[in-house]
Amino acid sequence: MENTRNTATLAAAPGPRLAGDLAIWFFILAELLAFGVFFAAYAFTRAKNLELFNVEQQALNRGAGVINTMLLLTASYFVVRAVQAAERAASAQSARWLLAAICCGLGFIGVKLTEYSAAFAHGVSLSSSPFHMFYLSLTFFHFMHVILGLVILLALWNGARKGRYHAGDMNGMETGAAYWHMVDLVWLILFPLVYVIN
Amino acid sequence: MSVEVHGTPRRATILWLLLITATLLTWGLGATDVAGRLTILILAVLSFWKGSVIILDFMALRHAPALWRALTLGWMILVWAVIAIAYWKGISR
Repeated sequence: MENTRNTATLAAAPGPRLAGDLAIWFFILAELLAFGVFFAAYAFTRAKNLELFNVEQQALNRGAGVINTMLLLTASYFVVRAVQAAERAASAQSARWLLAAICCGLGFIGVKLTEYSAAFAHGVSLSSSPFHMFYLSLTFFHFMHVILGLVILLALWNGARKGRYHAGDMNGMETGAAYWHMVDLVWLILFPLVYVIN
Repeated sequence: MSVEVHGTPRRATILWLLLITATLLTWGLGATDVAGRLTILILAVLSFWKGSVIILDFMALRHAPALWRALTLGWMILVWAVIAIAYWKGISR
């Protein structure tokens, strides 16, 4: 086993390796904890106001939620391809994958803004009902994370264009990618919880 | 064999297609208006599977020290357990 490892390529990790900076992983844990508390508060408030939540949830645009889920999943996939390309020192390719991921993220923002403006037009506000309070604050809290994620992807795109990332230096790329995947991961619970389960 | 932390493009593409399929399935289930324990269970399992692909493959924690897998997958188990308890509390009232 040891021998096989020694003859492995230089780019390969010899053992368990955390992709990205350790600091981002502590940050990700803190974010997951915050979202977890938010999800629990939603679930228990819903249990107390079952009829209200079920009726108002039906008014949500589930199609928009599905499209946004697919946009985030696709953006995450593109980010994985960007990381893989950077590892092969294919900087131009890596930058193109990142640009595609950024487009998906912007698509998410666009869909969400359309959804918000339609909701506001129907009188939905933070104080209109407990469900609306949770729907707006939870999705907006996540929305802000998508925006930060996009800023990070833009920085990675800029770095990739300059050929900053390669098998010997993947830290920046992996750190940014991990943050983006966290934004996706949180949405994968938020979407069924707020839009689907009734 | 060397340890490919980020996997192959082929594997990533297959996983992405499966994730999209699972999302469409979730949508279909939600559209049926079947509010039952089984539906919720299927939704939770699908969401859990999707999350584990993001954690293990996309975040590359499959090749990270076990502690990081335990923390992230544990977070997801805990969140779904709390949702399940609240849901059960809601329907048993």
